[in-house]
Formats: sequence, structure tokens, C-alpha cells
Amino acid sequence: MSSASAIEAAAATIERRRRNYARHYIWFVVPAAIAVLGTILFPWAFTFYISAFDWRLGSTREFVGFANYTKLFTDERFGWALLRTLYYTTLSVIFPLILGLAAALIFNHKFPLRGLARTIFILPMMATPVAVALVWTMMFHPQLGVLNWLLQQVGIPPSMWVYHADSVIPTLVLVEVWHWTPLVMLLLLGGLAALPIDPYEAAKIDGATPLQVFRYITLPLLAPYLVVALIIRTIDALKAFDTIYVITQGGPGSASETINIYLYLQAFAFYNMGYASAVVVVFFALILTLAALLMWTREKVRP
Amino acid sequence: MKRILGKLGFALSVVLLISPAILIFLWMLSLSLKNELDNTAFPPVFIPSPPTLDNYAEVFARNDFLLYAWNSVIVSFSATGIALLLGVPAGYGIAKMRATRLAGLILIARITPGLSYLIPLFLLFQWLGLTGTLAPIIITHLVITLPIVVWVMISFFEGLPGELEEAALVDGATIWQAFRHVAMPLARPGITVACILSFIFSWNNFIFAVVLAGRETRTLPVAVNNMLTFEQISWGPLSAAALLVTAPVLLLTLLAQKQIVAGLTAGGVKGA
Repeated sequence: MSSASAIEAAAATIERRRRNYARHYIWFVVPAAIAVLGTILFPWAFTFYISAFDWRLGSTREFVGFANYTKLFTDERFGWALLRTLYYTTLSVIFPLILGLAAALIFNHKFPLRGLARTIFILPMMATPVAVALVWTMMFHPQLGVLNWLLQQVGIPPSMWVYHADSVIPTLVLVEVWHWTPLVMLLLLGGLAALPIDPYEAAKIDGATPLQVFRYITLPLLAPYLVVALIIRTIDALKAFDTIYVITQGGPGSASETINIYLYLQAFAFYNMGYASAVVVVFFALILTLAALLMWTREKVRP
Repeated sequence: MKRILGKLGFALSVVLLISPAILIFLWMLSLSLKNELDNTAFPPVFIPSPPTLDNYAEVFARNDFLLYAWNSVIVSFSATGIALLLGVPAGYGIAKMRATRLAGLILIARITPGLSYLIPLFLLFQWLGLTGTLAPIIITHLVITLPIVVWVMISFFEGLPGELEEAALVDGATIWQAFRHVAMPLARPGITVACILSFIFSWNNFIFAVVLAGRETRTLPVAVNNMLTFEQISWGPLSAAALLVTAPVLLLTLLAQKQIVAGLTAGGVKGA
């Protein structure tokens, strides 16, 4: 009895000493924390401040309170940009998840040259987005592009790709899918490697078909990883900028103007800093809400 | 027979999986090695015959291409170097303190859209009179590189056994010495991963430089994008330039694929 409490007391001392020590380690973090404060936290606070002004670069700067925010509600262009962003994001989440899952299942098998195949498969996500976007732009050319030639070969009528309002977003999604399916694959491949083998052996004994094994064992066990991939993909698709900016700059007209592009135009084409800052705040709130919602789902699916 | 068919189907699906990646890069290479006549031919010419290096010569003949390449090198190396200097100790500190909340804060940097840093920092750099130098670009790239380094290093230091450092501490080393001479050498593979990833994502970054760079301070992605805007149809030089911009990153990926895969699966990190 007394020895047990002695051990407890000793454990408490060790724990206290560890925490004491921990305090010294704060100095390792301080320089980085200052950099984070300067480059990440300060901009947030300052953005919020700017959003309360009618702040035009090089001319007026007038305090307007929440006027920028109320203006957002009646700004039709912003509303459309928001809807477009959601449309773009939905498509850019669903397809990479499906394809990434298929790819992860295949790369989970052992086969000759697997390492090389996997490296090639992840090249798109490492490549410089601007460089790749330029090649896509050339391929989308309605008259001279290689994609319309390919369509012609298999008997499909040519598409206008990014040159028509109806097809521009699905086309941009195609580029996004090409770009980011590898990240989904890597995340899910990590998940597959961590799955227990017992359920699979039991299923084998019971004579389950591969489809049943996938449906009733792999999918449920993989669910937490799928949700992580879903979260990351959603955030990245909402933030997409490079390829849209390079390929269409929001066009034709404003058919591919997502919030990010709208934001860019307000701030750095019209120099409307106050209004753009209000857009940033709302946009960021939207991202945080979605991320929090998905995190909450993640807690739910955890076995 | 069924086994062979199954194997064939599997091989086919592997080919199907990797062909989009291969074909785009091959098409890029093909465009860069053909003259303008072949590049705009319909039906397209796939194999350059004979291949020509004229497009590359043209890219290098513009003396500003080398300037922009040099800018990119300076920006990526500085942003990575500073991030390592600040981020490796920070990762160590966070791992030792088990400060998961601090780590969570860093994740927020990962989900913030890059543009949202730009408005306030753009104004700040104007007031400070830093526009027209590379400093604003390097500083904003820290937004990408620092979280990557810290994130990768946390998971690496957490995976190290603590006994060796504790032995050093018992022998009278300061915690800084324990970090510098014991933990850091052990974590060298982690530092390599962090270094490679942060370099790649800084090199690839477009959004910060497109806003902050002046005529003399463009990085390569911005410079290449400008080539498209002003010379609509000269696909050869454009593809050559695009390939030159992304070639270092592709080579690095091929050489260090193991480290890159390990780093990416650990954190799901990616540039802003």
C-alpha cells in the first residue's frame, strides 16, 4: 500500500520535472513563433482592420464599419463566384477521391516496377502548376489542340474546352483532377498499409468475393482516411488559383470566376483593398466552417 | 488462362493509371522540340522529325530568362534556408513539449488561402519601401515553407527515442547541446525530407510572386506565364520554357521519391 503511493509520488515528481523541463524548450519555438506571428497572424488581424474601410490604393481611405460586408450580400458577382466555387469544389473533390481510391488499391498490390510506376504517378502533383497549365492551354486550343484531334479519332464531336461558358469549369476540373489525384492516392495508400490483416483472413475462410471484401471490410476500415483525404481535397479545391488564373483568368466573360479569382481582381486589378479584405474574411470563414464540419464528421466515423 | 488474363488486366490498369501523367509531359517535350510549323499542324505531329533545339536556344537568348531563373534560385534557397533555421528547432521544441495545440495552429496556415496574406503584406511592403526587391517574395514564401518544415520535423522528432538525449543531459549537456549534437544528427533524414518538400513548393509557387514581383524580380513561374500573355501562338519556345521551369522539380522528385512520399503521407502537406 505504502510502496504503491511511494511509486505514485515518484511518478508525480518525474512528471513535474518533465513539465519543468518542457518550459525550457519554449525557446526553441520562439523564433519560429515570431515569424509565424509576423507572416500569418499579423496579416489576419490587419485584413480584418482593412475590411472596415473603403480603402482604395492610391486614393481614398474612409472608415465604413460593416458596409463592405453588407455590400457583399447584394453583390451579384460575388454570389455567382460563390456558387461557381462550390460547383468547382464539389467536382474537384468527388473525382480525385474515386480515382485516388482506385489507384491506391492498385498500388497496394506488389508488381514489378511498382516504385517507378508510383513515382511517375505522383509527378503531376510535384510539377510546377504554371508550367503544366500552359501545356493544358495549348492542348485545349479548339482548332489546333491535340485534345480535339483525339476526340475526333474516337468519333466524339470537338469540344470548346475552356473557350465556352458551359464547358470551362468541367475542363478546369479535369486539370485539377490530373494534378491532385496523386495526393489522394498517397494518403489512401498510407491508410491501406495500416489496415489489420485479420478480417481479410476471416473473409477468405468464409469464401467472400473480392467485391464483398472491398464493400464490407476495406471501405469501412478505410473510412477515416477517406475523410482526411476529403478534408484536404475540399480545402485545396476551394483555394485553387494558379491553374484557373493561368488558363482562363476567370473567363470567358466571368464563367470561371471563382471567389479566389474575384478576390484577386478586386484587390490587385481594381485596387479595392477594403472590399477585397471583406471578401477574404468571408471566404476564410467559409473554409474554416467547412473544415470544422468535416473534422466533426471525421470524429463520427472513427471506429 | 484465367490467371494470365487477370494479370494482363492488372497490367493494363497500371498503364491506364500512369499514362495521363506520362503523356502530358511527353507532349510538353514534343512541343518543345518541334518547329512552329509542326506545332500548329493539324492533325498534330507527335514525333519531332528532326528534333530541333531552336526553341531552347530562343529561350536562353532572352537574357532575362537567366535573370528570372537566378531570382527563383535565390528565393527558393533563402525561403527554405530560413525555414530550416527557424523550423527545425521549433519542431523539436513542440515535439518535446508535446504541444499539440501549437501544432494545430500551424495547420491553420495550411488551410488559409495564399491570397489572404497578400493584401495586408502588399500594403506593408509598400510602406516599408521593399517593393522592387526580392525580400517581400522571400518573406511571403515563408508562409509555405515554415509550416512544412515544422510539420515534418515534429513527426520526425516524435519518432526518435529520447534515451540518448537524456543520457547527454545527465552527463551535464545543456538542452541546446543535446539538440545540436544528439537529436539533430539523428534527425538528418527528416531534415532532408523537409528541405526537399519546402524547396519544391517554394519553387512552384506562383501566387505570391505574381502580385509582389516587379519587372526585375519575377520568379520563373511568373515569367513563363507572361510569355503566354504576350505571344499567343509560339508554342515551341513556350513549351521549352515551361519544361525548363519544371525540370528541376521533376528531377528532384525522381531522385528523392522515397523521402517525398514519406513526407507527404506523414503530413499531407502542400504549398498554399
